[in-house]
Amino acid sequence: MNLQFVADGLAMGAMIGLGAIGLTLTYSILRFANFVHGEFIAWGAYTGLVVANGLIVLSPKSGSFGPFSFGWALLIGLFAAMLCGVALALLVDKFAFKQLRMQSNTIVLVIASFGLSLALRSLLEFFVTSQPAYYSRDIQMAVPLGLGVRVTPDQLLVLALAAGLLVVVHVILTRTHAGRAMRAFSENPLLAEVAGIDGAAVVRMTWALGGALAAASGVMLGITVQIRPTMGFDMLLPLFAAAILGGIGSVPGAVMGGLIIGLAEAGGVQLFGGSYRAAVAFLILIAVLLVRPNGLFGRRP
Amino acid sequence: MILDIFAYGTFFLATALTYAIVCLGLNLQWGQTGLFNVGVAGFVAIGAYTSALLTTPATPGRFGGYGLPIAVGWILAIVVAAAASWCVGKITLRLRADYLAITTFGVAVVIQLVALNAEPLTGGPFGIGFIPRPFASLAEQVALYDVLHLLLVAAVLAAVYLVLERLAGSPWGRVLGAIREDEEAAVSLGKDANGFRLQAFVLGGAIMGLAGAIQAHFIGFIAPENYLPALTFQVWAMLIIGGSGNNRGAILGAILVWGLWSFSGAAIGSLVPADFQARAATLRIVVVGLALVSILLWRPRGLLPE
Amino acid sequence: MTAPILEATRIVAGYEPGLPIVRGASIAAKAGEITAILGPNGAGKSTLIKAIAGLVLVSSGKITLADADITETPAHQHIRQGLAFVPQTENVFAGMSVEENLKIAVHILPKAARADRLEKTFALFPDLARQRQLLAGRLSGGQRQMLAAARALVVEPRVLMLDEPSAGLSPKFVASVFAKLVEIRQIGVAIVLVEQNVRAALAIADRAYVLVEGENRHEGTARDLANDPNVAALYFGAHTERAA
Ligand SMILES: Nc1ncnc2c1ncn2[C@@H]1O[C@H](COP(=O)(O)OP(=O)(O)OP(=O)(O)O)[C@@H](O)[C@H]1O
Ligand SMILES: [Mg+2]
Repeated sequence: MNLQFVADGLAMGAMIGLGAIGLTLTYSILRFANFVHGEFIAWGAYTGLVVANGLIVLSPKSGSFGPFSFGWALLIGLFAAMLCGVALALLVDKFAFKQLRMQSNTIVLVIASFGLSLALRSLLEFFVTSQPAYYSRDIQMAVPLGLGVRVTPDQLLVLALAAGLLVVVHVILTRTHAGRAMRAFSENPLLAEVAGIDGAAVVRMTWALGGALAAASGVMLGITVQIRPTMGFDMLLPLFAAAILGGIGSVPGAVMGGLIIGLAEAGGVQLFGGSYRAAVAFLILIAVLLVRPNGLFGRRP
Repeated sequence: MILDIFAYGTFFLATALTYAIVCLGLNLQWGQTGLFNVGVAGFVAIGAYTSALLTTPATPGRFGGYGLPIAVGWILAIVVAAAASWCVGKITLRLRADYLAITTFGVAVVIQLVALNAEPLTGGPFGIGFIPRPFASLAEQVALYDVLHLLLVAAVLAAVYLVLERLAGSPWGRVLGAIREDEEAAVSLGKDANGFRLQAFVLGGAIMGLAGAIQAHFIGFIAPENYLPALTFQVWAMLIIGGSGNNRGAILGAILVWGLWSFSGAAIGSLVPADFQARAATLRIVVVGLALVSILLWRPRGLLPE
Repeated sequence: MTAPILEATRIVAGYEPGLPIVRGASIAAKAGEITAILGPNGAGKSTLIKAIAGLVLVSSGKITLADADITETPAHQHIRQGLAFVPQTENVFAGMSVEENLKIAVHILPKAARADRLEKTFALFPDLARQRQLLAGRLSGGQRQMLAAARALVVEPRVLMLDEPSAGLSPKFVASVFAKLVEIRQIGVAIVLVEQNVRAALAIADRAYVLVEGENRHEGTARDLANDPNVAALYFGAHTERAA
C-alpha cells in the first residue's frame, strides 16, 4: 500500500466535508435529514459548466491559469454555481418545506425531500442527458510530491479552495451575528426567539449557506472527477456518514468526518478497487451508529 | 384489439398488485408503527435475488442455481429479507428516527452496488435470467398465463391483507399504534417499545422480500436497474397518496400510482419523438413527485385516511 | 397611582387546540415593582407567562405593553418592544460563551449602543464579567440564572419576566438572585416573577397573584396575601393532602 490514497482521500474528503457542513447545519436547524442536499451539488456543478462554457464561447482566448486546467471562466462559473445553490435552496424551502413544516411531522419532510431530490435529479437528467461531462478535456500531469505520492495541480487547488471556504464559514459562524444566530437557533429555537432572533430568517440563511457550499463542492467534484446528473445522489451517503460521524450540528465535526470518509474511501479503492467505494461510507456509518451514535463532536446524548 | 386491452389489463393489474404487496409491508412499518424505511428497493431486491438464485438452473461461474421449487424460493426470500431487516432494525431502532431513514437508504445503495458488481453472486449488470415461472407449462398461452398469474398475485395480496388486518386489530396491533402515538406512554405501560417496533420492521421487510420474489418469477429475469431508488419513491408515493395507516389505502394508492406511472410512460411513448424518449422518460418521476407533493399539501392524510 | 405597563386580560391559552391550560387569568405589572405569580404545581403559571412572551398560542384575551396591543406580535419582536423573558430551564445557550450569549441579545440595539450596554451589564453582574469567555454550559447553576437574567437585561427592557429563577438553587444562591432582582427593580424595571418559593417571593414582591387551574384565585398586595389565611390554606392544604 503506498501513500497515494492520502492525497486522493484528502481532496475527496475536503469536498465531502464542504457538502456535509450544509447538511449538518440544515439537519440541526431544520431538524430533518434533507435528501435534497445532494441535488444542490449536481445542479451547482452543471451551472458552473453552462456558465463556464458560455464564457469560453464568448471569449475563446480566455485560456487557463498556469498549471491548472481552467481559467477565469470557471471561476466565474463557480460563483454562478454558488448563487444557483442559494437560489435552489431558497426555492425548495419556500415552495415545499415551508408549508410542510407547518402542517406535518419531521418524517414527512424527509420523504418529501427524498421525492424532491429524485424529481430534481430527473429534471436535470432531462436537460443534460445522463452522459458524463467535463469542465476541461485536457489531461493533467500529476506532480510527484515525494513518498510515491502524486497530485494534480487541480487537486491541490481544490484543497486550497476548500480550506479557504472553511475559514470563511468559520468566521461567519463565530464572528458574525448571522452565524451566532444560527448556532443559537440550532441549540435552542425557543430561547433564540425570546432573545430576538427571527427563526424564519435563520432558516433561510441556513438553506442559503448550505446550498452555496454544496454547489461549490459540486464544481470542485467536477474539476477533479467528472460531472454527472447522479453525482449529487452518489454523494449523499458519504455526506450523511460524515455529518453523523462528526456529530450532527458540529461544523468542525462535519469537516473531520468528511476527511475521514474521504481517506477511508481512497484507501478502500486502493485495496479493493473502485466498485465498492460507496460501501465504505456505509460501513463507517454503521460503525458510528453502533459505537458512538452521537459522533465525534456530538452535543446531546 | 379487445384481447390486447385485456392482456394489457391483466399485466397491468398483476404488476400493480405486486406493488400493493410491497406497499402493505411499508404500511406496516410506517403507517402502523411510524418506522421510516428509505431502502424499500433494497429489501425487495433481497427477496428477488434470493429466490432467483435458489430456483434457477445451475449457471457456471455464478453462485446458486440449485433449481429448488419456487415455493422454497419464496419462503427463503421471506426469511432472508426478514433477517436483513432484523440486522438493520437492531442497529438503528434505538436511535433517533431519521437515523433509520439514513441507514435504510444506505442499505439500498449497498445492495445496488453488490447487485451490480458482485458478478459471481448476482450476475452483475446483466442480472439473472431463466427464473422459473409458476404455471410454466401454460407459458405458451400468454393470455391464460397472465390471468393465472394475476389470480396468484391477488391471492397472495389477499392473504397478506387479511393477516395484516387481523394483526392490526389484535392486542399486538394496538400496542404498535400506542407506541407510534406516544412512545413514553406505551413504555411506561411496561411494553418493550423497541421489541415491538423491531417485530413490525422485520415483518414489513419480509413482506417486501416476498413481493420481490413474486415479481421476479413473474417477469422471469431480474437486473440491478429494477431496484433503483425510484422504486422506493414509487412505493412511498403509493402509500402516502392512498392513505398511510390504512391497508386499503395502500392498495388503492398502489393501483393509482402505478396507473399514473404507466399512463405517463405511454403518453411519452406516443407524444415524444423516438430519439427523445429516453430523456423524456426521466420526467415520469417528476410527474409522480408532483402528484405526491400536491397530495401532501392538499390532503396530507391521503385519499383513504386512517 | 401609576398605570400598569404590562396588562394581560382574560387570557385563554394552551398547547393543543381545545385544551386550554390558562383559562381566563389576568395580571398587570407596574414599573418599579415586583409582581409575583404564585400557585400550586400545574396551575398554568409557566404557560401564562410563555403566552405573554408569545411562545404559546393565545386563543382569546388581550395583552398590552405600554398601551400597545402585542397579543399577535411574533415572539422575536417582543424584546424589541421592551418585554424580556427568562424561561425556567434551558435559559442560556450552553454551547456559546458568556459574552456570545449577551452579544446575541444586544444585537437588536443600534450598533453604536451595543458595546456600551454590554459593559454596563457586566458592571451589574461582576461575576459574569470575570468569565466572559467561559462556555455558558460550564457556569454553576446560580451563575447560569444570572447570565439568563443578564441576557434579558442587556437591552434595558421595560418589563422583565422570570420563570422560577430560584428553582434548583441552593439557599445562598436564591438569596443572591433575589437580591439582584431587588436591585433591578430600583432601575425602574417592571418585574414579573413566577415562583414556587412562596415565602421568599412574597418577601420581595409588591403585588402578587395566586393562580389555580388557570384562573386567578387571589390577588392583592404582597403583604395582604402573606397574611391571608386562605392563601396559606391553599399551600398548607396542598401539603396536608399530599401527606394524607
Ligand atoms: N409543552 C407542553 N405541552 C403540553 N402540555 C404542557 C406543556 N407544558 C406544560 N403542559 C401542561 O400544562 C399544565 C400546566 O403547566 P405549567 O407548566 O404552566 O404549570 P406551572 O404552574 O408552571 O407548574 P410548575 O409549578 O410545576 O412549574 C400541566 O398540566 C402540564 O402538563
Ligand atoms: Mg412552571
